[in-house]
Amino acid sequence: MQSERAEVTGTEQIGPYTLLRVARGGLDPGIPGQFFMLEAPGRPLPRPMSLCLAPPAELAFLIDPIGPGTRALCALEPGDRPAILGPLGNGYRLDVERPLLVGGGIGIAPLPYLSEALGQPPAVLGFRSELHAEAAHLVPNAEIVVEPTYVTEVIPPGHDVLACGPEPMLAAVAALEPAAQLAWEAPMACGYGACYGCAVEIAGEIKRLCVEGPVLAAEAVAA
Amino acid sequence: MKLLNASGCLDALTAPEVARSLDAFVTKTVTPLPRDGNAPPRIAEVEHGMLNSIGLANPGIDRFLAHTLPRLGELGVPVWVSVGAFAIADYAHLCDRLDDRPEVEAIELNVSCPNVDDVPASVGEIVAASRAATRKPLYTKLSPATADIAEVARAAQEAGTDGLSLVNTILGLALDEQTLRPRLSRGAGGLSGAALKPIALAAVYACYAATGLPVVGMGGIASGRDALELIAAGAESVALGTILFSDPGAPARIRAELASEIAGLGVGETDNAIGLAHTETAPASESPGAPQRCLPSKHPCKSSTFFMVDGLAPLVSMRRSCQRSRLRPRHRSARWISAWKRSSGRTTFASAGPS
Repeated sequence: MQSERAEVTGTEQIGPYTLLRVARGGLDPGIPGQFFMLEAPGRPLPRPMSLCLAPPAELAFLIDPIGPGTRALCALEPGDRPAILGPLGNGYRLDVERPLLVGGGIGIAPLPYLSEALGQPPAVLGFRSELHAEAAHLVPNAEIVVEPTYVTEVIPPGHDVLACGPEPMLAAVAALEPAAQLAWEAPMACGYGACYGCAVEIAGEIKRLCVEGPVLAAEAVAA
Repeated sequence: MKLLNASGCLDALTAPEVARSLDAFVTKTVTPLPRDGNAPPRIAEVEHGMLNSIGLANPGIDRFLAHTLPRLGELGVPVWVSVGAFAIADYAHLCDRLDDRPEVEAIELNVSCPNVDDVPASVGEIVAASRAATRKPLYTKLSPATADIAEVARAAQEAGTDGLSLVNTILGLALDEQTLRPRLSRGAGGLSGAALKPIALAAVYACYAATGLPVVGMGGIASGRDALELIAAGAESVALGTILFSDPGAPARIRAELASEIAGLGVGETDNAIGLAHTETAPASESPGAPQRCLPSKHPCKSSTFFMVDGLAPLVSMRRSCQRSRLRPRHRSARWISAWKRSSGRTTFASAGPS
């Protein structure tokens, strides 16, 4: 478990989202799907963010400013040094033969790094608006749909699905592809198993998502 | 002074390096039977802290003893086991089961979880039954949500507790920004973090004065200064809770900050700062230079006369003198405090604290 203060190198507005770039320092980018806890200035608790991109000497996180913590993160400026802990949790298994990335909304956050690790496989991405869909350019080889069309309507058969998105989307993907790998999210205070806040039912037992996940086999989670 | 974690704020098996940075690891509360805990969402950030309604999720005593405790024992960190139940006999049973386990250094009686529906029996009865069931040191963890926590502490003391853990969280509620409905599935939850610190300070201050028992102080400690304040209020040890969530490196950092604070205070060892808040500071006009304090001329268990001294050195020497004398001033000082208050009509008290 690594922790250090990472200097913000820049921020970029992408539709309604912010891409936060920090100097990598001694932090390991980890496996796609793993996450980091980012100190949100002025807030008591850090925020879990999966790694979006790992350019040389940097780490980048795609953030949707929906609450006080994420707004504070999006307001960071170059030179700021938030504390960052990670990588944490379990990422995607990369030993797949015909990968297909499926993402919805801010759930596309881990897919650019995952796409890079898997050699830019095909992807289907769904967004609620054209503005949100501006983030799709981060993922190569992506087919994009905007509501009222859902990604689950355009998933081609015969692939190893690796998905991340809102819970209803993941539940629908799990119904279509029981062998899919799904990245879930839950409120968590610590990210390393201390707070017991991110409990979910996994294989019939209540377990901590930060320890067992956040990437889980679709059949393991009662959606 | 020992540095511990607050129960439920660390899993030593998933973060052994954090546990090893403490002087003792306190387990999440173990109950007689397994508990899944409350439905999610069960944490919510609030201004200056957080709410939790975990609900004592734990594997139950059987699985804990068979699987968890042996692994904790291999970490090389003293283990305090927190136990909780809903009947006096169950507390005693849990203590009995732990009594012969060498991995266990102490038992913390959680008589104060705010996140369960069942109301536990009276603190005195729980402590008495537990005391009869184990030879392990017993620390009783109290809730600040009571009209007179010192009275509860005295009941625990009379029933045989060896120390107090102060304080547990206190119920709070957070509403969703959009829906104005509770953010936790259970509704209210236990408030911890910075907002709890003044409440913890008041509880430690009152219980130390009332009982003189060793106190593990906890509630909103995020810095060495916070730790120092709880120690000054009367805590012999301190425990970290919510800060561990945002800063797993907090134990080492707070240790270093506390050492710096103690050095600045000029009292020598950290233990010499225990109970400093119970001494009176001289009026500014009488101490224009170095700090002066109004202190008892001897340890309070021996005398009730006062005189003015410069600085804190006499306080330190009195504490050491009493340590050598093998007296039990913690217990005597509480009675002495009451007697002195009655005789003097004063509402504040100057004590050299426990030795």
